[in-house]
Amino acid sequence: MKFEDDIVNTVTRIILPFITLFGLYLIIHVHLSPGGGFSGGTVVGAGFVLFSLSFGISIQEKKLSHRTSALLESYGGLWYVLLGFVALFYGYNFLTNDPVFGLGQSGSLFSSGLVILVNIGLGVKVASTIITLFDSLGGEEL
Amino acid sequence: MKKNIVAMIMLLIIGLGLMSVVGEMPTFGERRFFSEEEMYDRYLQQGPEETGSINIVSAIITDYRAFDTLGETTVLFATVAAIYGTLLAAINKDGDD
Repeated sequence: MKFEDDIVNTVTRIILPFITLFGLYLIIHVHLSPGGGFSGGTVVGAGFVLFSLSFGISIQEKKLSHRTSALLESYGGLWYVLLGFVALFYGYNFLTNDPVFGLGQSGSLFSSGLVILVNIGLGVKVASTIITLFDSLGGEEL
Repeated sequence: MKKNIVAMIMLLIIGLGLMSVVGEMPTFGERRFFSEEEMYDRYLQQGPEETGSINIVSAIITDYRAFDTLGETTVLFATVAAIYGTLLAAINKDGDD
C-alpha cells in the first residue's frame, strides 16, 4: 500500500516531525493543558500511518518493526497495572496517587505523580495500537 | 412502497422516543441531584490539590477514575489481540498450503 506521488511524499517529509512532536507534547503536558494519553497517542499513531501510506509499510517496518509495536502495545497495559500495584506495597488502595507518588509543585512540568506516569503508558499503548492495527490490516506480510 | 411507509412509521416512533429522552436531559450548568452537586464541587475545588494536575479532565480520568481507564485500556488490548490473532492464523494457514 503506497502512493507513488511526489507531492504526498514531500509534504509527509516536511510535516511528519511536527505531527510526532505535537503528539508527544499532548502526552507529556497531560496535566497542564488539554490532551492526554489517548489523544496524543492517536496523533503519534496517525503520523506513523501517514508515513507508511506515503513510503510503504516495508520502509516503516525498518523504523518500528511489527514485533516492537506489538510488544509496546502489551507492555503499555502492563505498565499501567504495575503502577497500580505500587500503591499496594505502601498499604494504600489500587491506583492511589497522592501519598505514594509525589505530587510536586502544581503547574510545573514534573508534577502530578500518577497522572503523568499513567498517561505516558497510555500514549505508548494507543500509538502502538493504531500502528499495529494499520500494519496488520495493511495487507502485507507480517 | 409498503415497506417504505412501514419504515417511515418505525423511524418516527424511534425518533419520538429519542427526542423525549433529549427533552429530559439537563441543560448546561443545571444541577439535579445532591450527590452530583457534591461530586462536581469536590472535583473543581479540591482536584488540583489532591491530584497535582491543573487539567481537571485528565485528573478525573487517570486519577479519580483510573480503574475505569484501566478497563478501557483492556478493551484496546483485547481488540488488537483478537485482530492480530485472527490475521496471524489466516496468514499461517496460507503459508502451510
